[in-house]
Amino acid sequence: MVSALAPRSLSVRARLQRGEFHLDVDFLAEPGITILFGPSGAGKSTLLDCIAGLVTPDEGEIFIGARQAFSTKHSINRSPQSRHVGYLFQSAALFPHLTVKRNVEYGILDLLVGPRESAVREILQLFHVGNLADRMPAQLSGGEAQRVALARSLVTNPSALLLDEPLSALDAGLKNSIIADLRAWNAVHEIPILYVTHDRAEVDALGERVITMDQGKIIQQGTPREVLDAPRHPRLAQIAGFENVLEGTVNEIRLDNGVMRVALGGSTTSIEVPLAHAKMGDTVRVAIRAGDILLALERPVGVSARNILHGAIDSLEQRSATVVCRVNAGALFEVHVTLGAARDLHLQPGREVWLVLKTYSCHVVA
Amino acid sequence: MTELLLSFRLAFLVTAILLVLATPLAYWLAFSKLRAKFLIEAVVALPLVLPPTVLGFYLLIAMGPRGPFGKLWLALFGHTLAFTFTGLVIASVFYSLPFCVQPLVASFEKIDPKLLAASQVLGAARERTFFRIILPLSLPGVITAAVFTFAHTLGEFGVVLMVGGNLPGATRTVSISIYDHVQSIEYAAANQLALTLLAISFVLLALVYGVNRRVGVQWLAR
Repeated sequence: MVSALAPRSLSVRARLQRGEFHLDVDFLAEPGITILFGPSGAGKSTLLDCIAGLVTPDEGEIFIGARQAFSTKHSINRSPQSRHVGYLFQSAALFPHLTVKRNVEYGILDLLVGPRESAVREILQLFHVGNLADRMPAQLSGGEAQRVALARSLVTNPSALLLDEPLSALDAGLKNSIIADLRAWNAVHEIPILYVTHDRAEVDALGERVITMDQGKIIQQGTPREVLDAPRHPRLAQIAGFENVLEGTVNEIRLDNGVMRVALGGSTTSIEVPLAHAKMGDTVRVAIRAGDILLALERPVGVSARNILHGAIDSLEQRSATVVCRVNAGALFEVHVTLGAARDLHLQPGREVWLVLKTYSCHVVA
Repeated sequence: MTELLLSFRLAFLVTAILLVLATPLAYWLAFSKLRAKFLIEAVVALPLVLPPTVLGFYLLIAMGPRGPFGKLWLALFGHTLAFTFTGLVIASVFYSLPFCVQPLVASFEKIDPKLLAASQVLGAARERTFFRIILPLSLPGVITAAVFTFAHTLGEFGVVLMVGGNLPGATRTVSISIYDHVQSIEYAAANQLALTLLAISFVLLALVYGVNRRVGVQWLAR
């Protein structure tokens, strides 16, 4: 990892108290796209506002590139004007009374006319909106408006780019092509890009790195796979779509096989899970996706899965094409099956079933 | 027709002065996060609820030879302010203040804060944001403020009577003149002036609403 003084990275440590809300973060974003992921109200936008200088943290230190933008210790608080960041909102926030060209040149009005006009032309072409230079913002589609907004931010050569769900309203194809253009631009300029989203699909599609936030705090950082597929935090497990977060006690550790057994919630049921940093008798939580659990009417034999639990259906509930099945097998498991499977198996409350769980479908979270 | 010309001169001057004075005040009222802001808002709105005689009375006292402001003026220029055209202009500025400030505040506040944030982050100093973003986007509000101020000053009566008196060519405005004509039962002359004032006011207001609709539509049209 690069040190906090790496010239092109973004380093943020900030604390802020606003009524009940408490922001407390400390992270480093290197050049490239870093996703800020979390439910709405997690403080992602407030964090971006702190970096841009629109909100002043109570305490902290912010480096944008090599420049110190904020420091309570050194009494530095640069104005938003002098921080050299690009900031895109969910609404493109184009100036409605200015043409596309005038919007884009707004941040470089101090340049001479010649270089200014060629810079505007170049960046508009790069984002495939060169033909829209004389349009008014009201005449643009949502995707075009965000392309222009990106061009307007990037033409100033910012030291960091903050994106607050700017593409959330666009369809996937459009979103991907805009992101591709942004990546092409950043292949040359190499600035850190913070991309805020609460959409899981965007995390998988975009990020080299993910920082997950909840209630003003960072709860996990890593690659999308690490963070979303192996959450180490129960709250993150819920956000990332792990329907089952079960508490249990470690009652066997098999270092040789790289596994351990966890007795669930004081019941006699125990399951095999991958070895995690825990001691005998420790309380741990195990996250399991509802779609990763198999349901069988008879005890399966000859399968590789190590956890085969006997239980009975507690309740069934249809959610569009999915049937949510709650099974009591010592602990209450949520299992998702398709409509067809539910019909073919004649699933109904009270029916005895077997649950099949692979060891590696069980994730031990903190 | 000297009364009419005098009224126009007065209204024109007051509008020009107020646009310059009220704009920073409106900017402050719209964007300041100060808690005590409501006190200033109340003071600005006072002329809307006070009888013109109350306002006129205090202005007369202030401008009189024993008032603090009048004393200063007397020392500087050798005459008092009361019963002069200049005094009338100053009094009208106070009287018409809310008619200028309130439309400006309303249109400043209507601007999407994201646009102001975008301007700031793009490096624009406060003045650039104001002159290139806030002011153009508030154009309907500025026009409304100017016309309301103009029309309101044109038609004021009570304050003029209190502060200006009734000196032909100096402080006898059209509304005072109409009152005089009616008092002397010269209804034809009163009617002529009244009708002119009515027509002008209507044309001005129609113009404001017409122009504002245009300006609004221009930016929102697809």
